Amino acid sequence: MSTAQTPLHKVQGMGSSHSGTGHFWHERVTSVALIPLSLWFLYAMLGLAGTSEVTALQFLAHPWNALLMGGFVCFSLWHAYLGLQVVVDDYVHTAGAKIFLMLLIRFSIIATGATCLFAIVRIAAL
Amino acid sequence: MAENPQRPMSTVRPLSPHLTIYRWPVTMMTSITHRVTGMGLSIGAIILAWWLVCISNGPEGWQSFHAIMDTPAGLLVLFGLTWALIYHFFNGVRHLAWDLGYGFDKHDAERNSVIILALSVIGAVAVFASVWTGHGGYLQ
Repeated sequence: MSTAQTPLHKVQGMGSSHSGTGHFWHERVTSVALIPLSLWFLYAMLGLAGTSEVTALQFLAHPWNALLMGGFVCFSLWHAYLGLQVVVDDYVHTAGAKIFLMLLIRFSIIATGATCLFAIVRIAAL
Repeated sequence: MAENPQRPMSTVRPLSPHLTIYRWPVTMMTSITHRVTGMGLSIGAIILAWWLVCISNGPEGWQSFHAIMDTPAGLLVLFGLTWALIYHFFNGVRHLAWDLGYGFDKHDAERNSVIILALSVIGAVAVFASVWTGHGGYLQ
């Protein structure tokens, strides 16, 4: 036997990570999406700095801005999840702590994202 | 590494990655900073969520956000997040360039590490300076 891999494992090409290059690729895709979204976010934050709550409400209630803010939030949090996973993979070496931290990160990210999206929709509906 | 009592101290060799032995190359600094800013920005996402919730709560919500973030400590956090976002942005673009095979030469990487560190500080100061000199708030 020249290899320890089963034919199925070989054809899937996933390697020892069990997820292939998926993590690497999604990290890159989200970072490319975040280039224009971060520039828009900076433009929005600078433009809203020192203004009133009415200005912020009107700005975020505009469909384009609501969509861009939603996109920024989703891609940022997805990117953050992938990045934090690498940190846990690098420094946490016991299975129990790893599972606990990854669950904590996943739930926190989903809770933060859901809160942001709900607030964006609520602002648009006000 | 476990100490071996039978081994003389002179042959106890340091283990990789030699964090405490060698002078830090600037590329190592930028790599660690990328990770730290990424973790900081993950916490920053919670502040963004809080800000959006406050706006959706109307005038009282807006005031409750500013009551905390307009303090020196709050502004320091906002400045840190601004710098972290700008740094992570520039260094992230550099990572994408590296993935495409550009700028990975040792001397290029060292030079653009210094450029990115400088640009991120200049960028963050520029953002705050433009607000303090009345150039922000143009969406009003």
